[in-house]
Amino acid sequence: MAFNPIGKQLTAIKALVFLLALLPFLRMAWLVAQGVPVEPLEFLTRGTGDWTLYFLCITLAVTPLRRLTGWNWVIKLRRMLGLYAFFYALLHFVTFFWFDHFFDIAEMLKDVVKRPFITVGFIAFVLLIPLAVTSTNAMVKRLGGKRWLWLHRLIYVIAPLGILHFWWMKAGKNDFQEPIIFGAIVALLLAMRVYWSYAKKAQAARA
Amino acid sequence: MLFKRSPNGIDLPYPSEITPREVYEGRRQFIARAAATAVVGSGIWEMANREAFAQGAAQRLAATRNAALSTTEAQTSFKDASSYNNYYEFGTDKGDPVENAHTLKTRPWTVTIDGEVKKPVTLDIDRILKLAPLEERIYRLRCVEGWSMVIPWVGYSLSNILKQVEPTGNAKYVEFTTLADRRQMPGLRSPVLDWPYVEGLRMDEAMHPLALLAVGMYGQVLPNQNGAPVRLIVPWKYGFKSAKSIVRIRLTSRQPRTAWNDSAPNEYGFYSNVNPNVDHPRWSQASERRIGEDGFFQKKRKTLMFNGYDQVASLYGGMDLKKFF
Repeated sequence: MAFNPIGKQLTAIKALVFLLALLPFLRMAWLVAQGVPVEPLEFLTRGTGDWTLYFLCITLAVTPLRRLTGWNWVIKLRRMLGLYAFFYALLHFVTFFWFDHFFDIAEMLKDVVKRPFITVGFIAFVLLIPLAVTSTNAMVKRLGGKRWLWLHRLIYVIAPLGILHFWWMKAGKNDFQEPIIFGAIVALLLAMRVYWSYAKKAQAARA
Repeated sequence: MLFKRSPNGIDLPYPSEITPREVYEGRRQFIARAAATAVVGSGIWEMANREAFAQGAAQRLAATRNAALSTTEAQTSFKDASSYNNYYEFGTDKGDPVENAHTLKTRPWTVTIDGEVKKPVTLDIDRILKLAPLEERIYRLRCVEGWSMVIPWVGYSLSNILKQVEPTGNAKYVEFTTLADRRQMPGLRSPVLDWPYVEGLRMDEAMHPLALLAVGMYGQVLPNQNGAPVRLIVPWKYGFKSAKSIVRIRLTSRQPRTAWNDSAPNEYGFYSNVNPNVDHPRWSQASERRIGEDGFFQKKRKTLMFNGYDQVASLYGGMDLKKFF
């Protein structure tokens, strides 16, 4: 029988995942406070960007994991993981707004419009905002489950945009190893959904 | 005499040879760690630090400060300048070269100078060290990525070595080639650039007194990760123009191909003079962050035309520097 934590077990798992997901942030903050990175601003910009991509992948992996293992409970971690993707994206945006433009909105927007890799990264960040805002139980209720699900399918656009942002950032140095890995993971996670949706339709047609 | 080391192995200290604070602090830190290691009984720390120690104890170089060509700005710490490096032959992360460059063998080392010259020559590194009096020059270094440092280099004007080989009338450009040896350089396995790393200057740029052939920094021989044993320093151009660990200098009649220009011609031009008015496609070049100084609480500082080395402006009279970026 599949592992199926309930009540206190589930609360404990949620607490554990919450803390684990916070660790990268705490580690970065600690290292910067200790003066370890020579260029702390670049270190924070890169680190928060990397972790945004990791959490987008992790969030997208929840449904496939659930389907493949039968662990239906993992769905209960999904919103928190998605919120962490937003948390790191927000920090990443703040590093850009603060370190690169020292809170000058006009200068920042000029940069967003001028440079395609920033444009797509910025769009991905903006698209994450409605998802973060509607992540409370009250908002799920207000929107209704179906509409909420549709809205949150925006992640299928956001994750590829995030990877494109990373890809173009690396393009100048022909250093595609990491973007290719991220791209392959997201492509696989999305392809599984396409396959299941197709299989479901085929089954419905047969019935 | 310039590369000072007395036969009995005892160095007589010159004022310019006094160990910089960062270096001896680094050594003390090492000793403290080694002591801690002994207590814990684990050799891992020690192994990891042996190279750092070897670098810290590097041979010192006697040199005379060239005040006229030096900035009086605060110097970047030796630790930052030797641990935050772009040297893709040893990995693409800034922290990779200091970790990996210990595999570089800097002796024996020769530099071949040929092409459009009357007297082609292959010089041993010991010969290069004695070819002209060593000077200390404190230069600003502006990386194309938008950060900068202030580093006291040891070396002499590149023109000294170029004059020796007697360039022919056809010599219009100078090409610099970095070592490319897979056994010594793990980064060569990655196809980031079309190895070997090549850079180039126009002849008049190469002959400019500011163009430095560097063999040391902070009063000692170059750490491997900074391009040992001999490298170029062109302070008015973005850092990548200053080829590291040079094995060949070739004078040519045509503009040589250069590694970064080959890789991304729209991002890295042949000239690549520091120019706040010409943006990199992915970021502005109008400002920069001085490593170790500029941090969280101030705007980035303004980048200066030619990195503040206005004396080179005459080299580019009448040129559209937006076109020839």
